[in-house]
Amino acid sequence: MSEAPVLEVRSLFKYFPVRQSLLRRVDKSVKAVDDVSFTLGRGEVLAIVGESGCGKTTIARTLIGLEEQTDGEILFHGEIVGVHERRSHTGLVPVGSTKEEGLRSQLTLPHIALKRLRQRVQMIFQDPYESLNPRSTIFEIVAEPLVVHGIARERDERNSRVKTALEEAGLRPAEDYFMRYPHELSGGQRQRVVIAAAMVLEPELLLADEPVSMLDVSIRAEILNLLRELQQKRGVSIVFITHDLSTVAYFADRIAVMYLGRIVESGPTDEVLRSPQHPYTKALLSVVPVPNPRLRKERIILQGETPNAAEIPSGCRFHPRCPIASGECELVDPPYIQVSKMHQAACLKVSPQKSG
Amino acid sequence: MNEQPLLGVRHLTTEFVLSEGKVARALEDVSFDVLPGQTVGLVGESGCGKTTTLMSVMRLLPSNGRITSGEIRFNGKDLLTLSEREMRSYRWKEMAIVFQGAMNALNPVMKISDQIGEAILLHDVMDRDHAQKRVGELLEMVGIPRTRGDQYPHQYSGGMRQRAMIAMSLACSPSLLFADEPTTALDVMIQAQVLELLREIQKALGLAIVLVTHDLGVVAEVCDSVVVMYGGKVAEYGTADKIYNSAGHPYTQRLLASFPDVNRPTDTLVFIPGTPPRLTDLPRGCRFEPRCDVKLPKCAEIDPLLIEPDNQHYVACHLCKGREAHFV
Repeated sequence: MSEAPVLEVRSLFKYFPVRQSLLRRVDKSVKAVDDVSFTLGRGEVLAIVGESGCGKTTIARTLIGLEEQTDGEILFHGEIVGVHERRSHTGLVPVGSTKEEGLRSQLTLPHIALKRLRQRVQMIFQDPYESLNPRSTIFEIVAEPLVVHGIARERDERNSRVKTALEEAGLRPAEDYFMRYPHELSGGQRQRVVIAAAMVLEPELLLADEPVSMLDVSIRAEILNLLRELQQKRGVSIVFITHDLSTVAYFADRIAVMYLGRIVESGPTDEVLRSPQHPYTKALLSVVPVPNPRLRKERIILQGETPNAAEIPSGCRFHPRCPIASGECELVDPPYIQVSKMHQAACLKVSPQKSG
Repeated sequence: MNEQPLLGVRHLTTEFVLSEGKVARALEDVSFDVLPGQTVGLVGESGCGKTTTLMSVMRLLPSNGRITSGEIRFNGKDLLTLSEREMRSYRWKEMAIVFQGAMNALNPVMKISDQIGEAILLHDVMDRDHAQKRVGELLEMVGIPRTRGDQYPHQYSGGMRQRAMIAMSLACSPSLLFADEPTTALDVMIQAQVLELLREIQKALGLAIVLVTHDLGVVAEVCDSVVVMYGGKVAEYGTADKIYNSAGHPYTQRLLASFPDVNRPTDTLVFIPGTPPRLTDLPRGCRFEPRCDVKLPKCAEIDPLLIEPDNQHYVACHLCKGREAHFV
């Protein structure tokens, strides 16, 4: 691809300090995101897959500026996002050298650049029952982003933007929904409203955080189809965050499997699903329920839960739960091994691509 | 079915009286069997009557709910003829329930071991020391170290809370366990762990399990037979193999098709347009008719009876051929 990717993430780190009490110094950090890199092209769908606590939501929050990264760069259309961008666009004094100073000066910064970013990047949250203001009408909810960003100030224009967004989200005729409240809608319709509110700004990138996991299976398909339609028609790029590999299978171009803050395997969807390389991906894939009792298969059930991200195991972070770990896995943090052109896995047991 | 069922639900009809004096018929003519040691899946979308079925069987309906007809036979005894006092001896000891939303069903200010102990002490004549010993055994059975019984729910992860709920439901050694959406809020790996745990417990204790869920994948993993519910009625009922490989009801077929299969990725997923009917305003004919894409003219007029196209397979659809089903 010759054009700059919509999104490029380079060695992203996000550590949350843990204090035993308010006055004590920081003695540990939760390493929520620990050296993550990826790129996303125009109209591409990347699925970030992993269990709760693996850092997938933190990535999304950092991308949209709800969290500030500890280190690393996020480039949106080749432009740096984050503190640096805010500084350059506002012409204010550079951020201080210590964390505290940095934080203070950030609070005083007018968030112009961030606002500009949030016009072009939108987030869809998990729970349509909680992410809509119960006291706002559907019109107010969908129009709010326009108000916030001062777009379409003319009444007619605003009406037509809201109408288009609702209809594109499958709520037709849109006028029937304008004056209704969220509680009058079903779960699927609410999630459509959430999507309409995200699409009303015509963003280039959607961050969808578990957009269907709270919905009934029959409605999931409906919402997934809608997202796919928007992606194909509008060319919007999507980062799709989920713990469920089956919803990803039909939807994403590429998959990145995360474990404890690190991408452990990534590659084209077909390839990762057909020949998973990392033992964690294999386990995740094996426990996806198959809707046919004749196809019940051998499951690799990992014992226990994802360890605390404040105490990441030595060597390979997956070794304490890994069914095939050996001595060296406790010592060596595995580098990415190229399985094929686009497919890589961070595991010492993976054999690299054959030359030629 | 030859074997004497542990639980036989027959023609169960349950109604709720709503505030404006309206009546919502939440269940109508629901019949199914649970054999000893078997796992039965109750499947359907939100509001189709799955939870109401459980609550009716346990006789735990809210005060505005009433069972208007039908029988609930437990080991041959009709539970609807029992007094509230007699019924109490069935709950927990004979049949127990793992409630939906394990995250919130535990008391946040009580230690886990005390909560489980309370369930034992209320139903079994046993002194505190014995009860605490039993709590330890139960916790170990579900894979929680005994020592963690002294902790509070907030110190548990979601998966562990669900395990604790399962331990509590087993406190009085029931022979039938109802699990209401036991894995819905959990990650796939934790879901697999919980399902594995249910399977192990079932094997060890010979339990029968009724699993309520909207997830057909989960049902396929663990259930022997499946009841598909729609709008308060049984749309289809049969062995898991029949349901998944020769589904007769258009609703079941669409529901199966809407399930993304990781092994066979497709370009578009089938979905069922529209929403389930309101229980206060049910269609005159087949309840699925407004959303059905293969309907006949008579579907809007006549509610189809349950047909038995095949042995141990029941379908409520005019398109289905076979003899009329009779539940005895």
